[in-house]
Amino acid sequence: MKFGVVIFPGSNCDHDCYYAIKTVTGKPVEFIWHQDTSVKGFDAVILPGGFAYGDYLRTGALAKFSPVMQAVRDFADRGGLVIGICNGFQILTEAGMLPGALMRNSNMKYICKFLQIRTETTDTPFTNQLKKGQILNVPIGHGEGNYFADEDTLKELEGNGQVAFRYLENPNGSIHDIAGIVNNKRNVLGMMPHPDRSSEQILGSTDGKLIFESMVNALAGSRG
Amino acid sequence: MKATIIVTLKPTVLDPQGITIQRSAQSLGLAEVTVIRQGKYFDVHLAESTPLERAKELVLKLAKDVLTNPVIEEFRIVWEQKP
Repeated sequence: MKFGVVIFPGSNCDHDCYYAIKTVTGKPVEFIWHQDTSVKGFDAVILPGGFAYGDYLRTGALAKFSPVMQAVRDFADRGGLVIGICNGFQILTEAGMLPGALMRNSNMKYICKFLQIRTETTDTPFTNQLKKGQILNVPIGHGEGNYFADEDTLKELEGNGQVAFRYLENPNGSIHDIAGIVNNKRNVLGMMPHPDRSSEQILGSTDGKLIFESMVNALAGSRG
Repeated sequence: MKATIIVTLKPTVLDPQGITIQRSAQSLGLAEVTVIRQGKYFDVHLAESTPLERAKELVLKLAKDVLTNPVIEEFRIVWEQKP
């Protein structure tokens, strides 16, 4: 079982993710350069937080043209696990791998703080170690986390149980208090809060670890 | 040949930046300013030798696939020299 963490120019949580996987879950992990054209040999891919391409044009908009993204898209199409955290979530929506878009926070401010999210579904490879309704203490750090989707898309997300996490107190104006969603195949998760920054007690919370452990559990299971 | 592509949020999408600017206009005493919507524009220069049909096609592709996020934004194209 091997995790890969993609490094885009401007990623800044790549080492946090690498560290969380390596040290906290104890599983093998390697970096993947954004110019790479293959993710062969990886069982899960992490798109980390940061400011890929300086957030030029729109957050995540230019990263989707990185050569590695075609490989990540093919990997996800084949059922591979992909998690996008913060800027990674923004990239996944821009790339069309998750529905909706992330807009400027409604209060126009960059928000950096710990907050609480509620687990809305345990039926994903990212939440199988959680309980439905379980509250997680996790930090956010973003200026564009205001999730938006049109009525039809929202209906689909809610109907299929694709909302993975909701904010208890909405910090950024996200529609339906959405903090994280999965695609309809449930193998791609995007979330604004950082499990990578909440996987060890010294950082203030270990709740984020449960998400990575869910992925490990899902991958172990799929190998029978 | 030059095309200007103007990108704005869809009318149904809240524009917090525009609202903030509009409030500032009110604070300045410009009471008549009721709505401001913020957008961005891109000047795109094309090689003069580009055939017109090709020019239209590629500017449309650029606007659609790169410059706008169709979930929240829309665009219009203004040609400086109409092809």
